[in-house]
Order: sequence, then C-alpha cells, then structure tokens
Amino acid sequence: MASWNPRMETMPLDELRRLQFKLAKSLVYRLYSFNDFYRRRMKEQQVHPDDIRTLEDIAKLPFMYKRDLRDGYPDKIFSAERDELVRYHVSSGTTGKPTVVGYTERDIENWSESLARGFSSCGLGRGDVMQVSYGYGLFTGGLGAHYGAERVGATVLPTSVGNTERQVELMQDLHVTAIACTPSYLLHMGEVAEKMGVSIKNDTDLRLGFFGAEPWSEQMRARIEDWLGIRAYDIYGTSELSGPMFTECAEQQGIHIWGDLALVEIVDPATGEVLEPGEQGELTITMLQKEALPMVRYRIGDLTTIEEGTCACGRTHPRIGRIRGRVDDMLIVRGINVFPSQVEHTLLEIREVGRHFQIVVDRKGALDSMLVRVEVSEEAFSDKITDLMVIKKKVEHRLRGSLNVGVDVELVEPGTLPRFEGKSKKVVDRRSL
Amino acid sequence: MEKSYIVKQISIFSENRPGRLAAIAGALRDAGINIFAFSIAEANGFGVVRALVDRPEDAYRRLTDLGFRVSFTDVIGVKMRDEPGGLSDIASVLGNAGINIEYAYAYSGKDGAVLILRVDQIEDAVRQLLGHGGNLLKASLSQ
Repeated sequence: MASWNPRMETMPLDELRRLQFKLAKSLVYRLYSFNDFYRRRMKEQQVHPDDIRTLEDIAKLPFMYKRDLRDGYPDKIFSAERDELVRYHVSSGTTGKPTVVGYTERDIENWSESLARGFSSCGLGRGDVMQVSYGYGLFTGGLGAHYGAERVGATVLPTSVGNTERQVELMQDLHVTAIACTPSYLLHMGEVAEKMGVSIKNDTDLRLGFFGAEPWSEQMRARIEDWLGIRAYDIYGTSELSGPMFTECAEQQGIHIWGDLALVEIVDPATGEVLEPGEQGELTITMLQKEALPMVRYRIGDLTTIEEGTCACGRTHPRIGRIRGRVDDMLIVRGINVFPSQVEHTLLEIREVGRHFQIVVDRKGALDSMLVRVEVSEEAFSDKITDLMVIKKKVEHRLRGSLNVGVDVELVEPGTLPRFEGKSKKVVDRRSL
Repeated sequence: MEKSYIVKQISIFSENRPGRLAAIAGALRDAGINIFAFSIAEANGFGVVRALVDRPEDAYRRLTDLGFRVSFTDVIGVKMRDEPGGLSDIASVLGNAGINIEYAYAYSGKDGAVLILRVDQIEDAVRQLLGHGGNLLKASLSQ
C-alpha cells in the first residue's frame, strides 16, 4: 500500500521517541514563556520546563480539560496572534457556551498532512473521487476531510450532509470511489439508494470510506463492508486536536496516531495515573506541533486502549483501539456531541417549562433521533392545545439552536421525570451499535 | 351581572397513554365530586381533559395534590333546543357579534342539551346570548 511520508511513518521507535521529546520540550518552553494560561497552570503544579528531562516527565505536566477552553472563551488561551490565524472552527460547549478553536497556516498544514498519511495508508490517492458527506461549516468534519483528500491528490466532491437522493445520483454520475461521513449517515444513504433502485455495491464505483465522529462497532463494520461492498475505515479526532485527524491503515488494526504530531497517554480517569499499553483508560493527548491552540495532556474523555509495536503495515507509530465509552455523560447524536448539561442550561432559560428533563435517544432506521421530555410549568399551562403546541415548538427551536441537532420535545405530566436519580435515568439511550 | 354566568371549568394536563383518564376520574370519585360534562382534546403525545364539576375548588386541590397540572378556565354553558337548529341559533349569535369560539363541547341529557363554550370575549358573549333570549347555566351551579 502506498505511503505518504514513508520516512516519518516507519521511523524506528527510539528515534520517534527522541523526536517526541525534542518537540515536547520546545513546546513546554514556548508555552511557559509566552502563554499566561499554561505558565499559571505549570506554576500551580510546581513544575518548570527544566523538570522535563525525559519523555516520561511529560506526566509531571498539568492536565487540560474541555472546561479550560470554555473558560478561555473565545480565544484567551490561544498562543498565536490574531493575524496569524487562518481559520476558526466552533463546537458546542457543555453548558451552552461554545468552544472556539483557531488554526495557523501550519496547523492546517499539519492537519492535512496527518490525514494524507492516513488516507494514503488505506489506498486513497490520485484518480480517486472522495465524496465528503460530513457537515461543512463550523463543524471540523467537512473541511478537515476535504483538505486531507485534496492533499493526496484525490478529487473532492464536497456534498456535506443532507439531500441524500442527490448525493446518490452524484456518487454514480461522478464515479465516486471514496466517502467520508458518519457511519449512521452512510447506512441512511445506503437505504435511500435502495429505495431509488440503486445498489451501492453493484451500481457505483465506491470502494472505500472513512467513518467517524460517532462511535461504531466491528459488527457495524462487517455490515457496511458486506452490504455496500466497500472497505470501511475508522477515523478519529476532535475539534481540540484540529478535527478528524487519525485513521486506521488497510490492516484495520487500530488507529495510527502520528507520534510527531501527537503524544498519546492513556490515564486512569479517577487518579490521572498513566496506564500501561493494553490497559483501558482515558485518552489523553498532547499536540506536539500545534501553534494556535496547543493542547497539553488534554483529557478527551474517550475511553480506549493504546498499542505500541510495529503494525503489520510496517508503520511504527502507536495505535489506539476502538472508543469504548466516555468518562462523562456526553452523547453523540448524528455525529454531534451533546451534553445533558446543555439541555439543562437551555431549559432554565425557558420559563414555560420546568427544569427537570429526560433525554431519550433512539435510532429510527439508520438515523439517530433525540427526544427531550419536559414538564409544562404551572404558570404556562393553558387548556388550549394550540398554546401547548407553541410551547413545544419553542422548546424544540431553542434546543436545536443550542445543541446544533434536531430534537423532538414531549410534554409530560409533572412529577413523572427523574429528579435525583442522576445520569442513568436522565438519559435513556436505546441505540445499539 | 355577566359574571354570574361565567362558569369555572377545570382543565387537567394529561399524557396520552392508558390509565390517565382513569386516574383523574378515580381521584374525583374518591372526593365525591360529580362531573356534569367533560371533553378531551388531544395532540401528539398529550392531551387536556376539561371538565365541569360540582365543586371545582375541591377538584383543583385534590388533583393538584396528586401532582396533576390543573388550571381553571372561564367558560359559559348555554342551554340549546334539543332539535335541529339548536346549535345553529347560538353559533349565529356569536358569529354575528364577531365573537370567536376557541373550543366547544356539548352534552344532551334529561334536562335538554347544553353547549359549553370557551370564547375570546366572554362577557360580550354572555351579553349577546342573554340579549337574544339565550338560557345560560348559572355559575352557582358549580360552586
């Protein structure tokens, strides 16, 4: 299989670790000198850049969390001047306030480089046509995959999400060979195609795809590959890393995390202690070359394992396994991260409904649906159905605005929603992956 | 004067699932409250039960204590001739006076037929109906 950057991708492990140490050291010095947020954090932790003498000493550095980005809204913890930025992306935050990520030209360059390595390790290159059916816009998925595919010389068809029948037509007419989207959107597209009398397996040139932004399973991979006649690869990232950033190779034995760009640790979610390869814990990433918004020991919240040792493809960089769950109560609905706290925050601003709620997530056909059950407040209760429907629509509209995902609202009788039972009752997830 | 014809209806929010009406009706039975008339308006997933009862204050308290969302709504009850044209007479009076009917329900019993109305201008409606010889339920019936 083709290799984008063979020297880097197969660098011997000891050499890679020396490179990581060099990059980490200079990152820490740079942040300590020029970034008030990191310097304060390091001082609180009583650690100085001079204390970083080996790669393992990275564990002395303080962790970063999503809340640091939220508290630093919009760009207080950025490390680049505003005129050095070439792009922003924005993701919804945990409590209604979004988080903003910025990119320098070199950040975009490294993001594209990372995906170019991943895409070519799965055989994507010149002559391929890649349909990018991730959302374009503030969400990182569309533009991320777009730049990566262009970098390897593929032709990009930027369809974004939606208008699925048209997507199927274009897939046929423009001889699309590859696709990037959420696994559930792919399944939806497969169903829509069949209704149109089109078999993706027999009537299109599609041969591979990169699927991510939501968890999926080996069973789902088997179903996709068998039904649609393509090779299905996992792709991983979050906006804090840049966006979708790392993929599996053709061996499908875990996601290669390019060590010159990112340093991976798996930590115990409770104690923060670094775990051994093979042990499941919280994925923690230090972005070694990011300029605009460096992330040091960023606790992503995803649970997985790390595997070191050379892959059957010959690449030496560590790999992570499938995402097994979350340390928090984050849900992923149609590829969008949703925190129950966002729902709570939004409901608090709507006086017609109470503050208690229940979220029910289900999968109808291939696509996720999200239902939020709320109580009508005493003051707002009207015996006119039209008034109640107005309240329902208002809550749906407001939730859609703050979550970036469509929501159905159900009005329920007072006292029927969980009060103190915590997460397990507040969120009912009926999807099976 | 008009006020004495404005009747207090109780309106109860209910989820649209088996057993909810039974729970409401059971609570009123246990309190010895009689229901003169009632209707259910339904939407997607929920509904509103509207009832005229003999002791609305007691019904309100009892249902609220049980956790129901309850409100009072002002309605009027008009006796209709229980023969063709009875409803038409009343609707015409209101229509000609530019009064909008928001919802209505009716019952036909041994003492004749009664139309329950929620309208947008209730005192006007009372005046108009009385002025056209209408026979209205007294609010005191349900106190």
